[in-house]
Amino acid sequence: MMNKILSALLAGSIFGVGLSLSAMVDPNKIINFLDITGHWDPSLLFVLGGAVMVTLVSYRFIFAQGKPVFDNEFQLPGAFKIDAKLLIGSSLFGIGWGLVGYCPGPVVASLGFGFEEPLIVVGSLLAGMLLHKALVKA
Amino acid sequence: MENFTPYTSLAGGILLGISASILMYLNGRIAGISGIISGIFNNPSATEKMWRLAFIVGLIVGAFVYNHFFPISIQAREGLTTPLLVVGGLLVGFGTALGSGCTSGHGICGVSRFSLRSITATGVFLISGIVTVYVVKHIIGA
Repeated sequence: MMNKILSALLAGSIFGVGLSLSAMVDPNKIINFLDITGHWDPSLLFVLGGAVMVTLVSYRFIFAQGKPVFDNEFQLPGAFKIDAKLLIGSSLFGIGWGLVGYCPGPVVASLGFGFEEPLIVVGSLLAGMLLHKALVKA
Repeated sequence: MENFTPYTSLAGGILLGISASILMYLNGRIAGISGIISGIFNNPSATEKMWRLAFIVGLIVGAFVYNHFFPISIQAREGLTTPLLVVGGLLVGFGTALGSGCTSGHGICGVSRFSLRSITATGVFLISGIVTVYVVKHIIGA
């Protein structure tokens, strides 16, 4: 259990540094990325590109190991069908993302910066997830 | 183009990829932030809850420490009222839960596994975000 917690702590810290270095914690940058007909800032594409470049290669080697170091199996999504939930959910997420300029990673990473916006967004994000649990999963 | 930062963005992205690789190599889990959060209250196992919380703590501390040494100046935004922030947060939370992922889980981890679901989801939230910003900025003019 301790191994899993420490490796998650390490991975989370690197994620937090990565989101900060790439300035994805700045919602203005996200809005400018999505504003393709305005002052477009393509930085986010470079963030996604840099990340995918790494995992594209690393995942191959990792999956070839057969199992992770601290667990008996890789836990990968079991769903393969493109269904209404995926499409509606992703559309709603995109609307929220465009409204506030925050997706889950950056807004949680911003919680320690000491201003109000991330607190409000994370609070309502959690409420949205619980609402989903109550309405859809129940 | 406004404040385009290709090098630090690429470098930051590489760190996200390294983080996702560590989590998969050691724990066998997808580094999708929305899934990591929702798993805290959807998963009964104590170990599952604990590693997810540890990741979140790392995420906040990592950003905090970086910001301590290299302060990030975030320009205050006008017109973003509390009700709007709440609606946005609700949509992000509900949407990522219903759509099983966000920018990290679908956009990074899923895309690099060539998951058709993730590639579709990424396209959909990108388009939906672009349309939303277009409507808000250029039609309503906020």
